[in-house]
Amino acid sequence: MELTELTITQAHEGLVKKEFSAFELCQAYLARLEKKDKEISAFLTVTKDSALSQAKKVDDMILEGREIPVLAGIPCAIKDNILVEDVRCTVASKILENYIAPYDATVVKKLKEENCLILGKTNLDEFAMGSSTENSAFGSTRNPYDLSRVPGGSSGGSAAAVAANLCLYALGSDTGGSIRQPASFCGIVGLKPTYGAVSRYGLIAFASSLDQIGPITKTVEDAKIVFEAIKGGDELDSTSVESKIANFRVPAERVQISNLRIGVPKEYFIKGMDPEVEKVIKEAIKKYEEMGAKIEEVSLSHTECALPCYYIIAPSEASANLARYDGIKYGLSESKGKDLLDVYLKSREEGFGPEVRRRIMLGTYALSAGYYEAYYLRAQKVRTLIKDDFDQAFKEVDAIFTPVSPTPAFKLREKITDPLTMYLSDIFTVSVNLAGLPAISLPCGKVGKLPVGLQIIGKPFEEEKILAIGEILEKA
Amino acid sequence: MISEEEVQHIAKLARLGLTEKELGRFQKELSAILNYIEKLKEVDISGVEPTSHSIEMENVMREDEEKGKLKTKNKKLLELVPETKDGYLKVKSIL
Repeated sequence: MELTELTITQAHEGLVKKEFSAFELCQAYLARLEKKDKEISAFLTVTKDSALSQAKKVDDMILEGREIPVLAGIPCAIKDNILVEDVRCTVASKILENYIAPYDATVVKKLKEENCLILGKTNLDEFAMGSSTENSAFGSTRNPYDLSRVPGGSSGGSAAAVAANLCLYALGSDTGGSIRQPASFCGIVGLKPTYGAVSRYGLIAFASSLDQIGPITKTVEDAKIVFEAIKGGDELDSTSVESKIANFRVPAERVQISNLRIGVPKEYFIKGMDPEVEKVIKEAIKKYEEMGAKIEEVSLSHTECALPCYYIIAPSEASANLARYDGIKYGLSESKGKDLLDVYLKSREEGFGPEVRRRIMLGTYALSAGYYEAYYLRAQKVRTLIKDDFDQAFKEVDAIFTPVSPTPAFKLREKITDPLTMYLSDIFTVSVNLAGLPAISLPCGKVGKLPVGLQIIGKPFEEEKILAIGEILEKA
Repeated sequence: MISEEEVQHIAKLARLGLTEKELGRFQKELSAILNYIEKLKEVDISGVEPTSHSIEMENVMREDEEKGKLKTKNKKLLELVPETKDGYLKVKSIL
């Protein structure tokens, strides 16, 4: 088997049994990356030297006979909105084009404690705002299944890199579907954890009440391994928590399919959905039924409001978060003007791309005097209703199954000219962020050659359970 | 449809320089998005409490004391500043 086709456990075992060295593994990935990424453009920065020296360090540990953590020497990629100390972090924006991260994000620190091996930083929509990775200031990433199509977004670089075997796993971030939708488009596994399950310290903020970091991997088992490594409360992120679920580690064999109650919300099978996608999703649900799970129709009656609700809350929080890019403290600074206000106006005019500007404008409008109650406060109340819908449904079922996206990967430039059309591709994923729930995207079939993902949504902090449920189909 | 003046006003609040061309485009695009968002006005929200975070939040307290390694961190942070003078951030005149 090719070194670049292994899962995390397989690669780990190969290292421990000395079938290949970490250096060889790293070189195999770097060689493939150099060759293949010319057409895919998944990476913004490749950290070749530090990756190779890290590989040597892991080889030394193995030679000394020391036990190595499961992620030691396993080549990974990090979305370029997560800080890796002393490595450029651009958030795919001109405003941070030359920004060198002064510290590690908590998730990176945790991975480094396992002696991880970082190959580089991956492309995204600027500030993670988008669903196609076309909003990157440094060019679009291509879908490995069809180079004329988008990989999804905003974690499109991470998803394409994993799908094209340019790395073994990657980290992404998900504010309204940014892990799950690209995972679906690229035929791999993506986990958006419960809000608060993973520290956001060192993640460049987009919408703070919605953002979560999560793994993008080839298999469910890999997602579990990476999630285990990065989760947990962090004193540097006051919104992060230790899971309160006592039996957090639900072994796969404890999830018995005959006891499983799966909810399928009727509001998610709507007009405008690609009938071929609907067919693939329904077949996947049928497989669970045939294996003995009980399928129940549930109602999430405020589903229709989720997207408008999201497009008030996310831009509002973004407009506040992005106020820090002022040309004074770091980042692009346009200082030709006469006074301080000119520095602000010009730096932000030069530095931010069209979608980021659009969302800053929208958020500023929604929060401005006279509109706050009509927009932001109203959206927060609707958010309560959306969350209540899920709470009600989860009284009856263990997990909720939906499509991740109404279509498979679309063509480059197909939706980029009309912002609202692009927003609609998030229609099945944003509710989960508003309600703070964990959800995975699991490959479940194809339309032609294009992959389709099944979304499995769980109760708060039940990541292990939805992963175990996903594993049932993966192994079926 | 929101007016050109409104777009200019929001841009000023957001400290966002706009080009002439953008003014018209934002007027059109923001109006279309706001129109879509209007859907929320149909929802009955009487008696509903707002949700700001999906999980229960508690205030996190700690002692206000210096944590190690500040000097090296400060150096790295200052290296990122576009313009400094004697270890301070330099800005243009405000008035």
